[in-house]
Amino acid sequence: MEMPTPDQAILRRKPAIAAKLRVILPEDAVIDDPAETLVYECDALTAYRCAPLAVVLPRTTAEVAAVLKLCHGEGVPVVPRGSGTSLAGGALPTADSVILSVARMNRVLETNFVDRFVRVEAGRTNLSVSGAVEADGFFYAPDPSSQLACAIAGNIAMNSGGAHCLKYGVTTNNLLGVTLVTMDGTVVEIGGGHLDAGGLDLLGVICGSEGQLGVVTEATLRLLPRPEGARPVLIAFDSSEAAGDCVSDIICAGILPVAVEFMDRLCIRVCEDFAQAGYPDCEALLIIEVEGSTAEIDEQLARIRQIALRHRPLEFRESRSKQESAKIWLGRKSAFGAIGQINDYMCLDGTIPVSALPLVLRRIGEMSREFGLDVANVFHAGDGNMHPLILFDANKPGDLEVCEALGAEILKLCVEAGGCLTGEHGVGIEKRDLMNVQYDDTDMEAQMRIKDVFDPAWLLNPAKVFPLGLSAARRAV
Amino acid sequence: MKPQSETELAEMIREANGPLRIVGGGTRPVGRPLDCAPLDVSSLAGITLHEPGALTLVAKAGTPLAEVTTALAAQGQRLAFEPSDWRELLGTSGEPTIGGMVAANISGPRRVQVGACRDALLGVRFVDGTGTVVKNGGRVMKNVTGYDLVKLMAGSWGTLGVLTEVALKVLPAPEAAATLVYSGVGWADASQIFAKALKSPYEITGAARLPEMGKLPSRALIRLEGLAGSVEYRAGKLAETLQGRAPERILRGAENDRAWACVRDLEAFAGAAEDVWRISVRPTDMMGIVGRLSGARIQLDWGGGLVWAGVPEGIDLRAGISPFSGHATLIRGSEETRAKIASFHPESAPVAALSAGIRARFDPKGILNPGLMD
Repeated sequence: MEMPTPDQAILRRKPAIAAKLRVILPEDAVIDDPAETLVYECDALTAYRCAPLAVVLPRTTAEVAAVLKLCHGEGVPVVPRGSGTSLAGGALPTADSVILSVARMNRVLETNFVDRFVRVEAGRTNLSVSGAVEADGFFYAPDPSSQLACAIAGNIAMNSGGAHCLKYGVTTNNLLGVTLVTMDGTVVEIGGGHLDAGGLDLLGVICGSEGQLGVVTEATLRLLPRPEGARPVLIAFDSSEAAGDCVSDIICAGILPVAVEFMDRLCIRVCEDFAQAGYPDCEALLIIEVEGSTAEIDEQLARIRQIALRHRPLEFRESRSKQESAKIWLGRKSAFGAIGQINDYMCLDGTIPVSALPLVLRRIGEMSREFGLDVANVFHAGDGNMHPLILFDANKPGDLEVCEALGAEILKLCVEAGGCLTGEHGVGIEKRDLMNVQYDDTDMEAQMRIKDVFDPAWLLNPAKVFPLGLSAARRAV
Repeated sequence: MKPQSETELAEMIREANGPLRIVGGGTRPVGRPLDCAPLDVSSLAGITLHEPGALTLVAKAGTPLAEVTTALAAQGQRLAFEPSDWRELLGTSGEPTIGGMVAANISGPRRVQVGACRDALLGVRFVDGTGTVVKNGGRVMKNVTGYDLVKLMAGSWGTLGVLTEVALKVLPAPEAAATLVYSGVGWADASQIFAKALKSPYEITGAARLPEMGKLPSRALIRLEGLAGSVEYRAGKLAETLQGRAPERILRGAENDRAWACVRDLEAFAGAAEDVWRISVRPTDMMGIVGRLSGARIQLDWGGGLVWAGVPEGIDLRAGISPFSGHATLIRGSEETRAKIASFHPESAPVAALSAGIRARFDPKGILNPGLMD
């Protein structure tokens, strides 16, 4: 992965920059000892690492503004960081950058159950937002699978999704307002407890901008009342076509499940070995969850059963208890861990139109044989967001490169099929050089103009999202 | 000017040396009046793709909204955000277009449950002020590839670019619907009914209060939609939740549709000689605002989060209700009023600077609906 050459002048000024940071921040909020900055060298895309110049851990919006103002004046790049769970290298440092972690900003600032929102500091973890409101019967809907660890700041940067977005939408659909600090230290309040933006929808463009437009320090999030209940059903098929058609028919019939998850044979086997969830050995497996009262769930599942039977399932296993529900979800939820246990893997994140599913799965199978690496498929079938997992051996020279080449081919296939490179993980550095598969230069030029407005010197989260060649002229200024 | 293709449109914008007023169906004359040449994009029309199983529709921007809703209905689907028709409100004729709806981010009563037009928008193609064709987003529901200009284009009222094609998420129409009606309830009562209903797990898809209309008293409406059995169950549970407040009646079928069309299209304000403002607020702030608008004709939507106010002509309503968290937009006003009073809510200095910066880069010649949102 090509990264820009670090600015030697900045590297030489490291002691002076660290000293200046210590003037504006408490002593414990600045780290520049390389032994202590070690954990900030990478995020969850561990194949790439780089020691940053320094790490700062501010506690307030005012401290964030002071850091940004200082770095802006010094011409030092800043990489914002939430919990560092990005799978796309969204928080990868450059050697001449300061990591700005919002991890210490994790308070709940306001809960309002009449207006149905919660305002939190952006370092708060996703799951603990719901945790703070569940006693009152509410939850925060986006649920990325890293939700125990990932921060709201990162969710906003990547516009994170989750298993339940077919019904509830992704982060951008559940974000009402932010406090944003731009690179020059200006604090901007956008949105709030009301439902829609006045003027241009800046909130919409900030969400998903991968920390390149500003540092979000506080967020107002929409709360939803918890449903009365939820129950999953597991349906096994002997072909992925049948599973895909079944999903499409359910959606066409006017039933909107809260989650529709798909796993292929390799994934099923690995998960079963790991979790003993009692999954059948079959070509394709769907887990479909519906919500409501007991009677409402019964009615929806009866209709789903009727539709599924038309596609000759090998098994239709309806949960009858909390334990059975947990068991049905167990294998799916441990998928990434299970595969990590047996192999190194790379997790892809393309989205395709649901109708292209059989074709894309068939092509992935062919490519897997061509490249000689196994691919396990697990994904959110209702919205077409695929997570092919490519298995490789990190200790075998050249294997990572083959894996990356296969990954690139699969993502190109997603775009050709009418989809996109990334559904919820973000571009980061991982897909940066594939951007031109989906967008031509003029499309990216339009996006880069937004960056020009928020961060004219291009100092925030450098070398992410846009191909380096395309952004070179801007970064040089 | 009336381009017949995207290429022709791009050429016209590249060569334009004066301001342009972008017109789709011409049914929503909102914002500072523009005295300049119209650019009529209604010829760029037609549904490009409708894939019911993927819940997706793609259409050229000039496609009549009616054509889209008819095509969707044929497959038992709809635009879930329930776009309003403003022809009666604004006294306009013509055919609302899908591009106009997106450019104005038009969302109706169901916005409280399913999100706004911008939330259903998956992708756009547009021509910016330099005459460059730009695409962003796509036609799939989950897409975080690059910056999201899709949301930015929704509600930008043609000031950043001229939309040529939009992709939208659609949803199945429900099997059944029912609305609980509470007549003659005051603001405080309505506000309590909304709060309790929206806090419940029954997925309320509409919470509005219509003002008195002719002989009809004011009415608070709570809508449920879904499978038939579920709607009946939820209507019963909801009446329990709002204990002691048995609904006066329950609307179903055509009667239900009629009531929500009245809310959606703001029929209560049709024909009257008054300015109409749209105020987006926190529901808990609504009471205070309505209190300060004594004598105004008021319609509430989104559980009290959206206030429609009919007030005497030519007065900036914001002066009487500020400060408040949210924003007020003048939707109906004479040209004279709209020339005098900023239709769009004044922004804080940092937000205004960012918005101006974006406009300057997308429309450097300042020719696309210039000043409309000022």
